[in-house]
Amino acid sequence: MSATASTNGTSPAARKKANPAGAVATWADERLGLATATKKQIRKVFPDHWSFMLGEIALWSFVVLLLTGVFLTLWFKPSMGEVVYNGSYDQLRGIEMSEAYASTLHISFDVRGGLLMRQMHHWAAMLFIAAMLVHLMRVFLTGAFRKPRELNWLIGGLLLLLGILEGFAGYSLPDDLLSGTGLRIADGLVKATPVLGSYMSFFMFGGEFPGDVIIPRLYIAHVLLIPGLLIALIGAHMLLLVFHKHTQWPGPGRTEQNVVGYPMMPVYAAKAGGFFFIVFGVIALMGGLMTINPVWRFGPYNPAEVTAGSQPDWYMGIAEGLLRIMPGWETHIFGITISWNVFLPGQIAPIALLGVVLAYPFIEQWVTGDKREHHLLQRPRNAPTRTAFLAAMISLYGLLWAAGGNDIIATTFKLNLNHITYFMRAAIFVIPPLVFILAKRWCISLQRHDNDVLLHGYETGIIMRDAEGGYSERHLPISEDRAYTLTARQRDVVYTGANGTDANGVSAPKARLDRLRAKASHAWFADNVQKPTAEKLEEGHHHAELEHDHQAPLEGHAADGHQFDGHHDVDGETLRH
Amino acid sequence: MTDQHELATTTVAEPIPDPGLPEHLPRPTDVDPAAEKRAERQVATLFGLSSIFALLTCVAYFTIDGDDTFLDMGAQNVAFGGLLGGALLCIGFGAIQWSRKLMSDHEIVEYRHSASSPEEDRTEAVAAFETGLADSGIARRSLVRNSLLGALATLGLPGIVFLRDLGPLPGDTLAHTVWKKGMRVVQDVDGAEIKPSDMVIGQLVNAEPAIFFEENAEGEPEIHGAELQAAKAKAAVILVRMHPNDIKPAKGRENWGVDGILCYSKICTHVGCPISLWEQQTHHLLCPCHQSTFDLADNGKVVFGPAGRHLPQLPLAVDDEGYLIATSDFTEPVGPSYWERNRSDLT
Amino acid sequence: MRLTRKISARLSAHRRSRFAGPAVLLVALLTTGGLYVALSPASAEKTADSTSEIAKGKALFLVGCASCHGKNGEGILTERGNQYGPSLAGVGAAAVDFQVGTGRMPMAQPGSQALRKRVVYTQDEIDALGAFVASLAPGPSVPAADEYEAKTDDPEAVSRGGEFFRTNCTACHNFAGSGGALPQGKFAPSLVGVSEKHLFEAMLTGPQQMPVFSNEVLSPQDKQDIISYLKKNEDTPSYGGFTLGSIGPVAEGMFAWLTLAVVVGAGIWITSQTARSKKTKKGDVA
Repeated sequence: MSATASTNGTSPAARKKANPAGAVATWADERLGLATATKKQIRKVFPDHWSFMLGEIALWSFVVLLLTGVFLTLWFKPSMGEVVYNGSYDQLRGIEMSEAYASTLHISFDVRGGLLMRQMHHWAAMLFIAAMLVHLMRVFLTGAFRKPRELNWLIGGLLLLLGILEGFAGYSLPDDLLSGTGLRIADGLVKATPVLGSYMSFFMFGGEFPGDVIIPRLYIAHVLLIPGLLIALIGAHMLLLVFHKHTQWPGPGRTEQNVVGYPMMPVYAAKAGGFFFIVFGVIALMGGLMTINPVWRFGPYNPAEVTAGSQPDWYMGIAEGLLRIMPGWETHIFGITISWNVFLPGQIAPIALLGVVLAYPFIEQWVTGDKREHHLLQRPRNAPTRTAFLAAMISLYGLLWAAGGNDIIATTFKLNLNHITYFMRAAIFVIPPLVFILAKRWCISLQRHDNDVLLHGYETGIIMRDAEGGYSERHLPISEDRAYTLTARQRDVVYTGANGTDANGVSAPKARLDRLRAKASHAWFADNVQKPTAEKLEEGHHHAELEHDHQAPLEGHAADGHQFDGHHDVDGETLRH
Repeated sequence: MTDQHELATTTVAEPIPDPGLPEHLPRPTDVDPAAEKRAERQVATLFGLSSIFALLTCVAYFTIDGDDTFLDMGAQNVAFGGLLGGALLCIGFGAIQWSRKLMSDHEIVEYRHSASSPEEDRTEAVAAFETGLADSGIARRSLVRNSLLGALATLGLPGIVFLRDLGPLPGDTLAHTVWKKGMRVVQDVDGAEIKPSDMVIGQLVNAEPAIFFEENAEGEPEIHGAELQAAKAKAAVILVRMHPNDIKPAKGRENWGVDGILCYSKICTHVGCPISLWEQQTHHLLCPCHQSTFDLADNGKVVFGPAGRHLPQLPLAVDDEGYLIATSDFTEPVGPSYWERNRSDLT
Repeated sequence: MRLTRKISARLSAHRRSRFAGPAVLLVALLTTGGLYVALSPASAEKTADSTSEIAKGKALFLVGCASCHGKNGEGILTERGNQYGPSLAGVGAAAVDFQVGTGRMPMAQPGSQALRKRVVYTQDEIDALGAFVASLAPGPSVPAADEYEAKTDDPEAVSRGGEFFRTNCTACHNFAGSGGALPQGKFAPSLVGVSEKHLFEAMLTGPQQMPVFSNEVLSPQDKQDIISYLKKNEDTPSYGGFTLGSIGPVAEGMFAWLTLAVVVGAGIWITSQTARSKKTKKGDVA
């Protein structure tokens, strides 16, 4: 590093000559201005909580997908041209199959480590989508999607959708019996589209199903188009995360105005980096020990063959379940056919579900009218309606998922296949509302419990006998930190309509909308339990103190056995060593 | 209204004041040099183990053969996955231990700023944008603006038109199969021709049209490759034989069977899976994909599941040599429904 | 549905009888076997000592089978004309060998299908029973060993058997022969570990809901190839690790979620508080 080269630098480069890494950094900074861009990011704060690691699992699974995927592309031939298999798997030798299938067998049996990479790739995909879903549920439950993070919620929703499409495309590539059956079903779904169905099918498959172009087409979508979009959206997702700074749980010293945690460099980098290797390692173990998609046992795709237990991967399970439990409704009218039995569960339902997921932040915002920024997370119990909604959705998802595996459930648990289907047809309408009510009441009772603890203290488990011989359980006040954490939430306000209670002076459609909003707000919040006011709390403490005084102290201090477990401090008491 | 709302939430004082960040408590590794040394050794051991696992992975690559087994599993895959997983996990656990035990665990505070830009920045941006807009004259010169919009919109047309050759138009392709009058019904895989007397009551034959097994003058298959797959996806059939008394043929179908042998499309009318789960006692045919169930004794009627239409039936006869043949193509389109598909023969 | 209801009505009408189930189930055996009349391969040397064999079989039959199937295997009808135990005329020795040899017969109790269970007769007794039933009317005989023995070393037979297997068998029995669901609580059983002879006999006679695959269409050679394929699969290691039951993506999805739980557990560990020292910062050693 010469002095002349550093004339544009803000500090003389010569001083850093002693450290080669510094020299490299200076060289880069002079060209990229890195110091300004990174000076704040290097010690950027990330709060620590296990639930913040869920999205990271998805991210690292995606990295594993990229690495293993690149390995697979070195041998995979996305062609439906016919060849006779001549590799080392005896059971299929001499059989005609597509090049795609033959090359998948080649990767599995004639490329060392190929089978491992295939299995890791597939397991990573399963984890990727599962982790995205769990991450989405975390964000939803804690209200992390609220302003200013609505756009990141939308990006996340699109990532989930793209992940599922990417997974389906990958599932279809090996051209084995199962993947071909999946495509056959996709063809049926497409054909059910009103008006355009058969045209869309012919354009998709380059003619009649299965044709010989679908695998090359899906391949380019699978290795270029969708991953490109995924990477771009993941990048945007992370940039927004950095820009907004991470949300955090409320607690002593943690407010809407700050973020408390560990610095990016070194703690968070080590933790995130370490977690990457753990996720990678777990996926490697899965790939090594657990068979997934044993394509060699399925055989090449043949439109006249099918296997019992034909299922999609788990993330398509709910669509599969819907298809299975749908009654066979079809309308024949004016010489045309509308197959509700395929169109509704196969196209309308998934789009509707995605729509609800994407629109939720905006719906909730409209009901609450809340335009403030939120960086402190809500405990699920403190948003009972939202939590109950998710619980209902999870139950619906679970039921449909189970319905998608009704044949496996039937054989595994020795049940009647038809009865499971009949049960599911009713259950998807009955169980989610029940779950909703149950979850909401549960949340509200947990809120009550929080207030009880705040006002009357926690249950010590010590039974006191008073002079009259009556028994009572002793309550003691909780620590200040905990009390603050419990009260660090906002009060819900039930919106009662414009101008107080009526909608006079507002034009008719707006008034109707306003009334709807008031109704929704009532349903959303009216039953919630609000945190006690300062006066109430004072009153409660006073009452508790009286009680405390009333209860006979032992040897001058409260001998409740809880002095040293962090529940509360007792003045003048320290541990005897 | 929203103002009111915000007022309501902000005026009520917090019942408990923020006690501030709790005091930092040291870890054993912060105060006990022995614990620190121990943690250091632990982390280094994990990293060292990782190198050993990685090297062992390489050894396994060259020493384990594809046919070797381990507990009846493929030894190669288990070894590669296990060792590589070990190497990765050791790095992961080591790094985490390092961060948990040895790196500083003082929490630090960073202040947030509103996501929105300051008001003056906004004003400046809007002003700059408006200057640019005014410069371009896009508001004034509506002719330029509109013709540009028109040009851009028209450019979309070639974009769509160019996709036309993605595939041919369906026409009535979906309504026909390769079956035709006189074509023999043969067993799938080996093309064995079938006489009625070859089948017993309760028998199922997964069958195909004979043309799939025929060769042209050059000794090449008549239909092959993608064409064969597409033809198979519509023409695959099953032959079943029931007691003639059990069969309840619909009007006009009395002569579609031969001695209780009936032929049905193998392609489910729901979304097109090939079906051959036939219960010989109940005469029910179950689709393994979505469990649509068809009664083959009753013209392929749907008795359960999501399928909306009965299974198409292929009329059968016997040719001069005594082999089973089709007397025509299917009389209705087989497979999943689509918009322009006409009403079915039945119901 | 109507048919099932009819069957269940029949069953409930004769609830007290433990043998109502087999009655229903063996209707098919009666009818299927009947068509084998022309095929009886009764050979010369067999007839030599067949008389005593048949007598022995008849004695066993009268004790163990006649209560449902009638003294001469003619089947028993109830007073209302329903089938109580089906006639065994024409079902052949192969059906007897399969049903009794896999323990499906005698049936312990009526059910949606006769289940595989402990075999109660010795092979000699089964042969005698088979000889007796075959003497009622000609039917498919027990295949010879060279007909059914798996040729796992013949790659052509194995791969050809695979094609027949995927075309005719996987729809019910699944790609790995793990079995699968059928309507109304019935199921196609697992083929793993089933003896070669019984595999052959099942295809030949079509027990219970399974369709028949007669030798005239699916030739003995084809059947043997299928058996070779299945046995070759049993000899093949599970290349990818544990099979997870070989039942397809449902099990895989379950394991993916279980593993996700493990990884989340790792996340909980990563973000958990480490142990705090009891000593205070200044080295306040007591």
